[in-house]
Amino acid sequence: MFVIKCPYCGERDQTEFVCHGEAHIARPEKPADINDEEWGNYLFFRSNPKGTHYERWTHDHGCRRWFNVMRDTVSDKIIKTYKMGESKPDIENE
Amino acid sequence: MKYSILNLVRNSFSYHENWQKAWSSPELKSEYDVVIVGGGGHGLGTAYYLAKEFGVKNIAVFEKGWIGGGNTGRNTTIIRSNYLWDESAALYDHAINLWEGLSGELNFNVMFSQRGLFHLAHSVHDLQEISRRGYSNFLNGIDAELLNQEQVAKKIPYMNMNGRYPVLGALLQRRAGTARHDAVAWGYARAAENLGVEIIQNCEVKGINVSNGKVIGLETNKGSVKVNKVGLVPAGHSSVLANMAGFSLPINSVPLQALVSEPIKPILDCVIMSNAVHVYVSQSDKGELVVGAGSDAYNSYSQRGSFDMIEHMMAPLVELFPIFSRLKMLRTWGGIVDVTPDRSPIIGKTPVENLFINCGWGTGGFKATPGSAHVFAETVFKGEPNKIATPFSIERHFSGALVDEAAAAAVAH
Repeated sequence: MFVIKCPYCGERDQTEFVCHGEAHIARPEKPADINDEEWGNYLFFRSNPKGTHYERWTHDHGCRRWFNVMRDTVSDKIIKTYKMGESKPDIENE
Repeated sequence: MKYSILNLVRNSFSYHENWQKAWSSPELKSEYDVVIVGGGGHGLGTAYYLAKEFGVKNIAVFEKGWIGGGNTGRNTTIIRSNYLWDESAALYDHAINLWEGLSGELNFNVMFSQRGLFHLAHSVHDLQEISRRGYSNFLNGIDAELLNQEQVAKKIPYMNMNGRYPVLGALLQRRAGTARHDAVAWGYARAAENLGVEIIQNCEVKGINVSNGKVIGLETNKGSVKVNKVGLVPAGHSSVLANMAGFSLPINSVPLQALVSEPIKPILDCVIMSNAVHVYVSQSDKGELVVGAGSDAYNSYSQRGSFDMIEHMMAPLVELFPIFSRLKMLRTWGGIVDVTPDRSPIIGKTPVENLFINCGWGTGGFKATPGSAHVFAETVFKGEPNKIATPFSIERHFSGALVDEAAAAAVAH
């Protein structure tokens, strides 16, 4: 269990939040034009790194807004939280 | 040395000081025919069946820690096969068939106990779900009995039938039960070594050498080895290993926790499982209640879960069994499980030639150990998955032929 800093509400307990998996996965612009392998990759295949992970969370029991979290999956340490639409933070894994 | 009553008596004269080691610690060689990466039950079992059924010589199992120290020794030991879909039913029931003869086959008591598993229903929807699954089990030749409220109350008299989510019925699989998880790893390790398999502990794979799309060797912390074939059988590091070989997997690694209570006199002679309130519990032969529930819902390799998940396990347990409410919980722990989108495993070929994978067992791999190992050994030996393993290929994520136990079994494995 950890404390997450919601970009809108500040630091709150993790139980207020829900994780929605890897962030920065763009939906293919023309789904009808891509083959099964590309579509399968988009739907199911994930980087699942042992180290820095970029992921989407919602503050379900708070502002209910979505945001991104940069977290180390080995230590569970949260490196940074940032708003949807912002690009990946350019920080080396601490 | 064979384990038998005669040898037990014989060794008692020397105060049991002369039993030979169950398996040795050989040095790493420079070349192997087949290397199995991962010395859990599935990996050791694969090596065992490769040696026994397919006569493969020169097999090694690489284990980064020690035998029985990974998820094989961290699970809640429940064994069942009452899955909804035909593909899963075939795979898990194959495992139960092998479980039934395993102690004899391995000459190691894995303490397989077919004490029966009650899957509880708490709503009309749950009753419909267990009927559907029960009838599907009948069609697949898997034993299943639908019990009404009265029958359940009679079987488990101290269960609270009228909690906030009353117990309305249950699906009972009598052939289901538990086994001693460590003994499964130890038994396979010992039996495999007797057939010439080399078990290399504290040997972590750091790199997979691929040349012209074909696996040729492995880099480990103990040195490099040349190989003809490799079977990856990890529990919580599938993506890490796949990345070493240059491909990715449809997997997320998440923590799954379990806990045990202080030991008490025998009280629970079956396995209780509820998806709706979400808890599963059985009593070990030592007397501890072994309790588990869902995984944490975020990726992690930390082998630690959230404290709120423990509360989520305990709340339904004491609701169902108020009699357990004053028990102390002795230990809690977490393991990392690799979850696929459809909650079914991945068994088969990879984009790299001669590199095979058996992973993604999520929260419920222990029950499948002998079946998984058996079909994977054939996959590695023949280079092609057999009939049982075929539906579990990586390709199902491109073709769309998912074996969707996520929707069917909802959560608990």
